[in-house]
Parts: sequence; structure tokens; C-alpha cells
Amino acid sequence: MRPEMQPDVRLDMRHEVPPDRSPTAGVAVSYAAHFAGALLDPGLPPPACVGGPRRKGVTNRYNVYRNNVTVSLINALAAVFPATQRITGDDFFRAMARFYLRARPPVSPLLFEYGHAFPAFIEQYEYARPLPWLADVARIERAWLDAYHAPDVEPLDPQALGRIPAEHLADAVLIPHPATQVLRSRFAALSIFSAHKGDNPPPQIDSGESEDTLVTRPNLEVVATRLPPGGATFLARLIAGDPLGAAAAQALAASPSFDLTANIAGLIEAGAFAAISLGEHDDGS
Amino acid sequence: MSDVAFGHRGSSRFPAHSLDRLAGTSLKHEHLSAIRDEARCQGFFEVHAENYMGSGGPPHAVLTQIRQDYPVSLHGVCMSIGGPQPLDKTHLGRFKALVDRYEPALVSEHLAWSTHATTYFNDLLPLPYTDATLARVADHIDEVQTAIGRAILLENPSTYLVFPESTMSETQFIRELARRSGCGLLLDVNNVFVSATNQGFAALDYLADFPLDRVGEIHLAGHSAQADDEGEPLLIDSHDRPVADAVWELFEIVIGRAGAPPTLVEWDSDIPPWPRLAAEAAAARAIIDRVCRSLTEGAAHAA
Repeated sequence: MRPEMQPDVRLDMRHEVPPDRSPTAGVAVSYAAHFAGALLDPGLPPPACVGGPRRKGVTNRYNVYRNNVTVSLINALAAVFPATQRITGDDFFRAMARFYLRARPPVSPLLFEYGHAFPAFIEQYEYARPLPWLADVARIERAWLDAYHAPDVEPLDPQALGRIPAEHLADAVLIPHPATQVLRSRFAALSIFSAHKGDNPPPQIDSGESEDTLVTRPNLEVVATRLPPGGATFLARLIAGDPLGAAAAQALAASPSFDLTANIAGLIEAGAFAAISLGEHDDGS
Repeated sequence: MSDVAFGHRGSSRFPAHSLDRLAGTSLKHEHLSAIRDEARCQGFFEVHAENYMGSGGPPHAVLTQIRQDYPVSLHGVCMSIGGPQPLDKTHLGRFKALVDRYEPALVSEHLAWSTHATTYFNDLLPLPYTDATLARVADHIDEVQTAIGRAILLENPSTYLVFPESTMSETQFIRELARRSGCGLLLDVNNVFVSATNQGFAALDYLADFPLDRVGEIHLAGHSAQADDEGEPLLIDSHDRPVADAVWELFEIVIGRAGAPPTLVEWDSDIPPWPRLAAEAAAARAIIDRVCRSLTEGAAHAA
């Protein structure tokens, strides 16, 4: 299923070396620029600054580095997006990842942070058009790994809400847990993601049913669950800092069947929040 | 051995573990349950620093537990010490935070670069060996050591090509780096064999020139083979198979000359079940024990 035509995603590899005022600045510092120039572009010849030993050819030798760079970055994307790879198959995924890494090579040595732009790339990727939900599955995977590495913070005590006087509940502000993310999809992205998490053959899924996903990590285990109607609007407003009452009103406007009690209980149980604050009332008096 | 303080010093939140004559392995999360089920092994574990630079979550929980039970070696892969551009201060800060948090028995990095401008290439890329690069790399090592408050071990690379502008050999370069910066050395014996084959020099000559008195750790790993433009062997430092027989032989020679610094078997791709990797470490330990025993007996006879 390897694409025959190559989308035009060639990266402009002309890099500027940052300014440097150390004593050795400017001395024989061009090797990295020359060496790096052809690493991600197999159409270019090996750089002139390198050779083989004893006048041997340098092509296969330079290609070892080219291959290491490209294959290791494809593998890095495969590690971030395993379900996406299971859905497309290895050949399709690796071809798509190769186009992506040439267009958007990593800018951080932390490869578990690589690929935040990959879902948007998939959305534009010509050969992925028959799978319109694939980008949303990749968004869930990217959020999953962000949650995996998120700071260690205790989730909100489920009893905390009950300790707030009823007359102040509408003004309460819920602070999201650092792992918490909401992902909205026009498709059954969570069902498709869940079906392709493991190696088991996936069940039949109606991809056209829209699903909103909540990603949390209440302790050390990342959890992706489906949000009920209005839940995504509700949580998105809470994450934006709206107090409980205002967020509930927005959720009800978005979805008349929104169930406030069930949503709050579900979110707290899933570990979506880290703390609760009463804003101007939270003065300890 | 040299007078450089390679190991952690001072009060610690962790139990003290000795590294004498130990053989360890890369820590792979797929092996965790097998490692937990095993009666405490005698080895140590090495982790790639960058995999533990997230804020929290399972990686830190795992490393905290491993650090309680075993000596840990923190192996940096992408500081880009061998590059011409200034070190990434953010990355150096993350590295220091890991050293402070886990008090690793060993801290190492590579004679290589991996970032140019803002692009991270995720490979150990080569550099020419000149007076200018020597000065630059020594400055970078000094900057890292100042930041973390201790000496690092610098690892010799696997190389596949040459820079005609180089004016000194790799062993000269490394020897002078260690002298100027006070760093220790991580001798990767597989890298010596791979580079020797690829560059057409004798591995034993390289080892004879290498400052073995500064070696604080040894690496072993498997390599694969391709062909160069002339159809001759071009070895790849692939870390995806057992250590080659020729590398075991070099290792035994090194141990005989350098004493028995902690030795690590790396395996990073096509990772086997834990018993297979543990057996590689056991093979290293058997060689260390045999060489040390014969050296002791030799000394007893001479006395």
C-alpha cells in the first residue's frame, strides 16, 4: 500500500547556526552544517567534508547515518502512534511517517514529545483520505502519551465537592489534573483507538458515530474514556477556568440531555481534576 | 585506576551499592516483571537519560524502584557534546535534575553530536578531530561537569567514514580531551571493533593507544554487517543481537590491562527475553572473574 506519488513536503534544510561568543566560535565549526545538510534528503550527494578511508567511496558510509536518522525517527513515531500503525499497516505507516519527519523533523531530543503535528499532517495526507477518522485516533494516541509523562499529582479527593456549601457550588472552580485532556471527534475515534490498542482483531465499528474522549491518569495508568453528551463542552469550559455553574449552563446549551450530577461524578472518579477552589470565597474564613 | 571521582559522593537517599567487577545490562521496560520476579541479581542497570526527562508517570516510578535495588548508570545520548554549537541549556538542566534526583553510580555521554541548529537527528553523528574541535568539545565537557558537579565518562564512537580535515587520531583526541577536562572514559569495545573494521585499522593498536587508566565503564553490544562502496564489510553498531566472538576476545584483553571496571551489555533493538540478555551479562561477569582470578594468582606467584 506504499504511495506511488510523493506529496510535496520537502523541507527547507538551510539552517542557520545560532550566534556564539565563546573563544572557539567560528573556528572549524562548519562540519555539522555540511554533514547535516543531506541527512534528510536522499536526493543530495554525500557532503564534500567526508570521505572513505584510503580513498574508498563514501556513499554507503554516509548512508549509514542517513538510514539511522530516518529509521530511528520512523520508529519513534511508531512508538508514539502504535494504534495508528496497526490500522494502516506497517508499510503505509512508515511511508507516511517518512514524509512527516522530512517535513517536520524533531526540534527536541525528547522523542516522547515528537509528533504533536502528526495528526494534522495525517489529515492533509492524500493517501489517508479514505480513513477520515485516522487523524482523530492519532490525536488520542498523542494525548495518551502526554498523559503518561504528565507530572505526578494526586487527583481531587472525591469527597471534596461534598464539603462545599450548597450555596457556593455554582462558584466553585475545578483545577484540571495535568494529565487531563478532552478530544472531540466527528467519528468513533475512541472505539477505533480502543479496538487497535492490542493485537486482537478489532470488532466491527460504526465509524460515523461521533465520540468525545477524556484522557486522564489518575495514578500511574492512563485511561481513555468516552464522555457523555455535553460532557466535552462542560469539561472544556472547566479547563478554561469557568466556575461550575457557568460551565454547566454552557453544557446544557450544547446538549439538552446533559446530566450535571452524572458528569461531575464521572469526571472526579476518572481523576480529571487536581483541586477545587472557591475563588473569592476561598479565603479560609 | 585514575584519581578522577567518577562515582557519586556524599550523603544519599539511596542504599549504597558497589560497582566492583559488576556486569550489567540496559534497562528495558519489557523486562521489568522478569527482573522483579528474579532473586536479586548482582548486576547494575543503565538507562538512557532522555527516556526519563518527562515530568512524571511510570518512567520515574520504575527508575525509582530500580534505583532502590541496584546501582544505576545514567547514559546521556543527545547532549550533542561533539557539535560546534553551544550546548542546549534546557537539556543540560534536565540532565542535572536527573543526576540530582537519582544519584547514579555512573554518568556518561558520547563523543558525537545529534542536534544541528534546531533539528534533532536522533543519531550519534561524527566530528573531525582537529585542534579547534578539541577545544570546543573540551569546553562542552567542562560545561556539563560544572553543571552536574561531577566528572562524566565520555564514550568512544562507532564511525563509518573519515573527515579529511582531521589532524589527529581518535585515541589522541580522546586522550587529550580527558587530560584537559578531567573526564573519565567509557570504552565501548564493540565500537572499537566496528570502527577498526570500517576504517581499516587494528583494534589492538587502538586499544594500545587508548588511555585505559581513565576507563570507568566498558560497553559491549552486538553489531550487524553491510557492505561499503567496494563491497567490503561495513559494520553497523546496531545493538540488536548478541556480542560477537571477536568483541568478547577484545574484552578479555581489555580486562587484563584495565582491571575490571563495571561492564554493560547494551541491547536496544529486537530486544530478546530477559534470560537471553541476562546471559550476556553473565558471560561478561564470567570473563571478568576468570581474568581477575588469573591476575591474582599471577601476582601471588610473583610475590
